[in-house]
Amino acid sequence: MSLVIKDLHANIDETPILKGVNLEIPKGEVHAIMGPNGSGKSTLSKIIAGHDDYDVKSGTVTMGGVNLLEMDVDERSRAGVFLAFQYPAEVPGVSNANFIRAALQARMPDGEELDAVAYYKNLYSKMDVLEMDRKFTSRAVNEGFSGGEKKRNEILQMMMLEPKCCILDETDSGLDIDALKIVAKGVNAMRSEERGFLVITHYQRLLDYIQPDHVHVMSDGQIVKSGGKELALELEESGYDFLKEGELVNS
Amino acid sequence: MSYDTSTIDQETQDAISVDQAKGDFSFPENHKFDAGVGLSSDTVDYISNVKDDPDWVREFRHKGLKTFLDKPMPTNWATKDLENIDFDKIRYYLSDGQKPKRSWDEVPPEVLETFERLGVPEQERAFLAGVEAQYDSEAAYSNVKEELEKDGVIFVNSTEGLKEHEEIFRPWFGKVIPTGDNKFSALNSAVFSGGSFIYIPKGLKVKHPLQAYFRINSENFGQFERTLIIADEGSEVMYMEGCTAPKFETATLHSAVVELVAMKDAKIQYITVQNWSSNVFNLVTKRGMAHEDAEIRWIDCNIGSRLTMKYPGVVMKGERARGEVISIALANDGQHQDTGAKMIHAADNTTSNVISKSISVGEGRSTYRGQVHIPKNLKGCKNNTECDALLINSHSKTDTYPAITVRGNQHVTQHEASVSQVSEEMLFYMEQRGIPEAAAMSLAVNGFINELAQEFPMEYSVELKRLVELEMEGSVG
Repeated sequence: MSLVIKDLHANIDETPILKGVNLEIPKGEVHAIMGPNGSGKSTLSKIIAGHDDYDVKSGTVTMGGVNLLEMDVDERSRAGVFLAFQYPAEVPGVSNANFIRAALQARMPDGEELDAVAYYKNLYSKMDVLEMDRKFTSRAVNEGFSGGEKKRNEILQMMMLEPKCCILDETDSGLDIDALKIVAKGVNAMRSEERGFLVITHYQRLLDYIQPDHVHVMSDGQIVKSGGKELALELEESGYDFLKEGELVNS
Repeated sequence: MSYDTSTIDQETQDAISVDQAKGDFSFPENHKFDAGVGLSSDTVDYISNVKDDPDWVREFRHKGLKTFLDKPMPTNWATKDLENIDFDKIRYYLSDGQKPKRSWDEVPPEVLETFERLGVPEQERAFLAGVEAQYDSEAAYSNVKEELEKDGVIFVNSTEGLKEHEEIFRPWFGKVIPTGDNKFSALNSAVFSGGSFIYIPKGLKVKHPLQAYFRINSENFGQFERTLIIADEGSEVMYMEGCTAPKFETATLHSAVVELVAMKDAKIQYITVQNWSSNVFNLVTKRGMAHEDAEIRWIDCNIGSRLTMKYPGVVMKGERARGEVISIALANDGQHQDTGAKMIHAADNTTSNVISKSISVGEGRSTYRGQVHIPKNLKGCKNNTECDALLINSHSKTDTYPAITVRGNQHVTQHEASVSQVSEEMLFYMEQRGIPEAAAMSLAVNGFINELAQEFPMEYSVELKRLVELEMEGSVG
């Protein structure tokens, strides 16, 4: 299912953050958004997920033709939107296994119970891909996790929930190179004809491991430049200075 | 103390889980004995006559009444809501004049149906060593497994205890909690009926829990059970109590006194899951006395009632005695859970531990009151107190009044308190995974109490989790 964002304007406390974002992510493609701090990248991801800190002023966000903006956060998730958080919240006292189970249970029809044996089998196989210790299942969600563990946990949840549209918000921040490779392995294992990815990152490094089909540059609430994966390399070399010089190429 | 729970399967668990709506029903009254409305020395005599009390008990009651009338309401420190109890409108004794039955088949049909709907007979079959089921003022059913009886275990109601086992009962009755301890212990002393008397002989470790179930069926009623548990040297016992009432328009009063005596090396665990309907004033005095090397644990969960005031205590009278209070309170709209613990160190090298977790939802209010007392002449005493409060909405309230009196410098005490909220970010995170808001909230609340819920026997922790889920439903919107 394609994710289509059209002329999206959004404010936080009357301050415009997104000023007309246009973006289409057809299924099967990986799109990266890069850009300087404060350009609105993370805001875009939260608005797609439905965070109520933001006021959507105009524009549309649809997935497979369905208007996401009219759905609750949990409905969007069950429809297939997944956000891997830059700073995942802690849920004290709730084990990872129970948390992921509750998320899967929420996707079951009324009156049907998740098969516990099949669930654990599936969970362990995904954890093996991410090289996670089995003890991890009984630890409380993100509580006392290192930065790397938190990010791996996000990818594990993504693998378990099998979303249609995956948004990764600065998943590379706080990761050393080994952890980065493992996370990328998980993401790459999920790439498929049916699934779209939006990878938000500050650095080109992540894109060495998760090769995007398209790269977009965001600045001051708009997509200002789009290109192939070579655009990321250009940005790595010359930085975002071109934005100041006014050489804007609208997508 | 532990016992084997591995034999309980999922089906049994489902069968024994009860929820609050389940308790909200009542049957027409069928009372042979009714002390009428209001409290006077005639009321006390009426109860004594019906129960055919020995003289010493009748005197005990009258002294209780006098103390009750003399004592002011403790509204100098406690909530003013106490003033809304109208003692002149309460009925103090209601019974059908039947002795408790040893077989469910002999219990009157409406009483049997009541306890069946609450799942009590099923629980008994599944994992209990004995059950007492009280309906208004008296027990309708009381039975203990035969092998325990052969071993010398006594498990009867308080009336039978004081008559048939006076030599064990009387020396401890009213000794752990004197009549004048507080206004409500005095009230209970005047009009008590029902409750359990338990004696565990020396060295006997009872594997399965004993259970009491307290049921209020009648309106404008006061239930005043009186429980005394004596664990003789080296013995162990676990006692669990549950309670429900229908939700009437008028206030109902429940005012129990529970005394525990753990002799040298004995262990008592007392577990409560309090789920009264939200019109019940629940004003209960609970205290245990732990002798040398003995251990008393109160595991206390308060979910129901309009106002609960309850501070289980342990007097550590013998060296190396241990006392513990584990407490979970959930205060929803219109509820005030005023709970805590009293730890009185009265011998060297005694240890106490208090862990309290409270959750306030909507307009609910929870209060922690603790008292830890370590006098100057002792040495080597330890106390640890932790109280954590979770607030669900901005209107919820929580307050903490810890009082730790430590004299002398040869002791170790620790106190930690925290107040937290279910943050927007946490909820957003859970909802982003597809979990609906109410389910996310109940997951967060269950997470908050998870560590303590493990302390309950498995059958109860399942029920607890379900109750919390039910309470959280509709509390968010």
